[in-house]
Amino acid sequence: MLEPKEADDHKEIIPIKINDQNITVPVGITILEAAHQIGIRIPTLCHLDLHDIKMVNKTSSCRVCMVELSKGNNRNDLVPACVTPVTRDMEIRTDTLRAIRARRMAVELLLSNHPNECFTCPKNLECELQALAAELGVRQIRWEGERMDYPKDVSSDAIVKDANKCIYCRRCETMCNEVQTCGILSGIGRGFDSFVGPAFNIPMAESSCTYCGQCVQVCPTAALTEVNHTDKVWEALNDPDKHVVVQTAPAIRAALGELFNMEAGTLVTGKMVTALKRMDFDAVFDTNFGADITVMEEATELIYRMNNEKRLPMLTSCCPAWVKFIEHQFPELLDVPSTCKSPHIMFGTIAKTYYAEKNEIDPDNIVVVSVMPCIAKKAEAKRPELTKDEHNNVDIVITTRELGAMIKEAGIEFAELPESDFDSPMGMASGAAAIFGNTGGVIEAVIRTACEWITGDPLDNVEFDQLRGANGLRKAAIKVGNKELRIGIASGLGNARQLLEQIRDGKEDYDAIEIMACPGGCVAGGGQPYHHGNYEIVRKRQEAIYQEDKNKQLRKAHENIEVLKLYKEYLGEPYGEFAQDLLHTHFEERERI
Amino acid sequence: MKICSLDDLSKIRNDRRSLNSRINGRSIEDRIEILVGLATCGISSGAKETQLAFENEIKEKNFKNISVIPVGCIGNCYSEPTVQINVPGQSPVIYGRVHVQDVPEIIEKHIRDGIPVDRLALTNPVDNKQMRIALRHCGLINPEDIFEYLACDGYEALGCAVTQMSPEFIIDEVKKSGLRGRGGGGFPTGVKWEITRAQPGERKYIICNADEGDPGAFMDRSILEGDPHCVLEAMAIGGYALGADQGIIYIRAEYPLAVSRLNTAISQARKLGLLGPNIFGSNFNFDIRIKYGAGAFVCGEETALINSCEGKRGEPNFKPPYPAQKGYWGYPTCVNNVETFANIAPIITKGSSWFASIGTEKSKGTKVFALAGKINNVGLAEVPMGITLRELIYEIGGGIRDGHKFKAIQTGGPSGGVISEEYLDTPIDYDNLIEIGSMMGSGGMIVMDETDNMVNIAKFYLEFSMDESCGRCTPCRIGTKRMYEIINKITSGKGTMADLNSLKQLTYMVRDSSLCGLGQSAPNPVISTMKHFMSEYLAFIPDPRAKLKFNVNKHSRKSKKAD
Repeated sequence: MLEPKEADDHKEIIPIKINDQNITVPVGITILEAAHQIGIRIPTLCHLDLHDIKMVNKTSSCRVCMVELSKGNNRNDLVPACVTPVTRDMEIRTDTLRAIRARRMAVELLLSNHPNECFTCPKNLECELQALAAELGVRQIRWEGERMDYPKDVSSDAIVKDANKCIYCRRCETMCNEVQTCGILSGIGRGFDSFVGPAFNIPMAESSCTYCGQCVQVCPTAALTEVNHTDKVWEALNDPDKHVVVQTAPAIRAALGELFNMEAGTLVTGKMVTALKRMDFDAVFDTNFGADITVMEEATELIYRMNNEKRLPMLTSCCPAWVKFIEHQFPELLDVPSTCKSPHIMFGTIAKTYYAEKNEIDPDNIVVVSVMPCIAKKAEAKRPELTKDEHNNVDIVITTRELGAMIKEAGIEFAELPESDFDSPMGMASGAAAIFGNTGGVIEAVIRTACEWITGDPLDNVEFDQLRGANGLRKAAIKVGNKELRIGIASGLGNARQLLEQIRDGKEDYDAIEIMACPGGCVAGGGQPYHHGNYEIVRKRQEAIYQEDKNKQLRKAHENIEVLKLYKEYLGEPYGEFAQDLLHTHFEERERI
Repeated sequence: MKICSLDDLSKIRNDRRSLNSRINGRSIEDRIEILVGLATCGISSGAKETQLAFENEIKEKNFKNISVIPVGCIGNCYSEPTVQINVPGQSPVIYGRVHVQDVPEIIEKHIRDGIPVDRLALTNPVDNKQMRIALRHCGLINPEDIFEYLACDGYEALGCAVTQMSPEFIIDEVKKSGLRGRGGGGFPTGVKWEITRAQPGERKYIICNADEGDPGAFMDRSILEGDPHCVLEAMAIGGYALGADQGIIYIRAEYPLAVSRLNTAISQARKLGLLGPNIFGSNFNFDIRIKYGAGAFVCGEETALINSCEGKRGEPNFKPPYPAQKGYWGYPTCVNNVETFANIAPIITKGSSWFASIGTEKSKGTKVFALAGKINNVGLAEVPMGITLRELIYEIGGGIRDGHKFKAIQTGGPSGGVISEEYLDTPIDYDNLIEIGSMMGSGGMIVMDETDNMVNIAKFYLEFSMDESCGRCTPCRIGTKRMYEIINKITSGKGTMADLNSLKQLTYMVRDSSLCGLGQSAPNPVISTMKHFMSEYLAFIPDPRAKLKFNVNKHSRKSKKAD
């Protein structure tokens, strides 16, 4: 892991010169950082600095950020700005003919080994290589020749790997190995044949990949993308025999607007619902309803496990990537996660049972579409144990990006849409469910309910600040009556690994733990709009999520009257026999490759 | 038995004093010695059979006082298997191409009658131009017997170093000697040690780079096969000087004999306490382990080598941080080449001024070259820096084979360039070779005659670099491929003047923006052949009108400027 950035004020300040501007900068920063300070842009490609989640890709492999040092430097005079530290009196020019030529040639060489099929590429207009070619004014590719020719890896239900589009920036590798510590992706082959893939180039589906999708989120090209399921949704919508139900995850409303040039962090709940209704979904529901059910189940399970001296801590199990992670990496700990299905799967189960019965629709004709910030949810929905009476709990999962594309395809002017409300009954949701999209949110929602159930007193303040924060690994103690609940929170699988190691080795005692695979939580999920390295966007989404909670009158899951009605009319007791049958699942040990 | 002091060492040496005379060209008083060169090159030419034939013949004829001693490579690769016969009172005779059927004749004539077999004797009158420091024991001692090494002052330097010298003094001596890295870069060894020593932190590492991979280079293999202890001793001295107690030898697994001899040497040195805790009774502890490389050329680059040692993908990192700052598992690490280490012990025992008196102003000491290609005496030669290419080729190398004419010499392997006839009188040192568009490299020298096509030569080296690129950076990964494609198009007669131009642009781009030395130097063979032999490129271009328009002189001036 990377060390956190040292505070600059301890550092020596040195003079340097960039493009004839004299500036002083702290010693040790890179030429790229120094240039940014005075507003000089140096194009980059492989470079990616996500310091908030401790990911800095320093491979300096693309050679696009070459700048020229004046003579007298005891080194090569063309250097990559992204990794070269400034030294005292360094004279840098970012705009010499040599530097410009070197950059352009690097891009031309990359393009000479790239399937130039931008028109039909899933990353068209989102591709950083494409943008760079435009920025550098590349008008020809002088060196044509052999191109990589690998088959597309479409083995998995979640991620497509197209090695021919890999520019070998290794961002995915850094993400997979250093941040997520999964170790799936790494360099394969050498020289011209190099690309990134799982060890021995086995299919993604055979690897221990969790499908967290963070590699997709940082890939500059379309070498790694999600499996596209939009056509399946169109087909269902156009099938008169099908009753198509859509649910949207908590994190969608905080990010969807970005795809329509709206400010990051704009909440678009009402517009999103309107858009979905105009697309002719038969019912537009909220995954947050499923989240409220999840809270009912998890809070009950937590109290049961505490009162009956069962295995503690209890880990939340909403995140399918994290579930797959523990199955591969820590099979000896498979008794710690809550057996709860994830909220959208619970929703799907209820839609095909309770909702179907109530509305007298054949569950076989119900198509449940989940809009998720997540790529792993696509694979989760295909897990065989998550079928009930021969039909899937959830039929189709699309990401925020795919929904955005469908809205555009449908010709809807999203930004201009009026707002509308989710349909009843499965559109009602609490603020506790809303914060499921943020790291710490699931456990906070569970605590709100568990707290009141344990003490029997209403909570004065439902916001637990000690559970919130930017740190990827947090600890908190919550006073509940005369008891203290020890809570652990991890976002990012590398942090999850640390937490699990503590538990396995008996080093720390916890009662409950929340883990989300994506650093920052679902708002930063692999299926969200590309942040292109601007982590400020993720922070704004997090704020929007907390705002959504604040906007609600109803802030505790167990006060959701539609949920209470569901238990009363159909499920019986939370964590009771029927509820367990419908809403709980099991996990299994998986091979670690 | 452990050697705990310099006294212990000299006792052992005195018991074997007689051996030392072999090194000085004489034989032991009453024994006839038959030294059989059993390096990889010798063995593959049948030296083991020759050795066995000698042993059988001696047994059969019931000779007494004759020893058959396996030694490393003497350096006459063109005449393997080689055998040296030391008869008391006579100067040693070296025989070349000694096969089983020749053995009885040598035994009868030379051993019994004292008359050398002229038919097989190697007459190499110019050997006095050679000067053996790194190869001082190669071909003279049994590399699998530590006592032979001890008898010729082995481990004396280490003993003196750890018992009588301060680390600073040793570093100062190495600095003053002017020794520069023999792996090709030519960085001053003492300075490297000093920088590593100056880094904070208790744990440091010293690594021996034995990942010799240039086509046609085998200096390091010969040293490791012929005199493994000289490397172990120097690593321990280096470890003491810079504060490392662990050494790693990174050696390619394709060198099985060197690996096995190193393993033997390490366990022998451990048995005598020359590796391990409290060396020579001092507080200095040092041990060495071997790490096998899988033969990737790029792993000779120090950061790639360190990655490979850590079990990671063998690809280079951006420097800084340099290994001296952040190397093996993040600890300060010093990486030196085999031949560099081979020079250390003599510098310590004979002093820096002795070493500095050899060579040129900025390149001190000697360099081992592997001579190959169209030259008569293919083999190893160790010569003082400053010798001219002409001396090396015509006197030591015996001139061009089959009466052909010299055309060019490639130095520095795939990273170097070709040198044409006009530079034959250039004294060889690091800086001069760079000046004339090539580089020292690790010491491979490949001679070409007028039948060789220079464009094909460039293509050969380029293909090597392209295949050995790790793929990490764009210019090397794709640039070398595109260069190769263009040059291939040219040699197949389909090239155009535009291709020549774009090839040239690419060479500068790849040289200037690649991440590591492999990519930065990969275009050198093309750049240098374009500079000296442009006419051969033009000869491949089918459009004759284009050739007329192309002004060769103007072109080469321009390329100089662009340099």
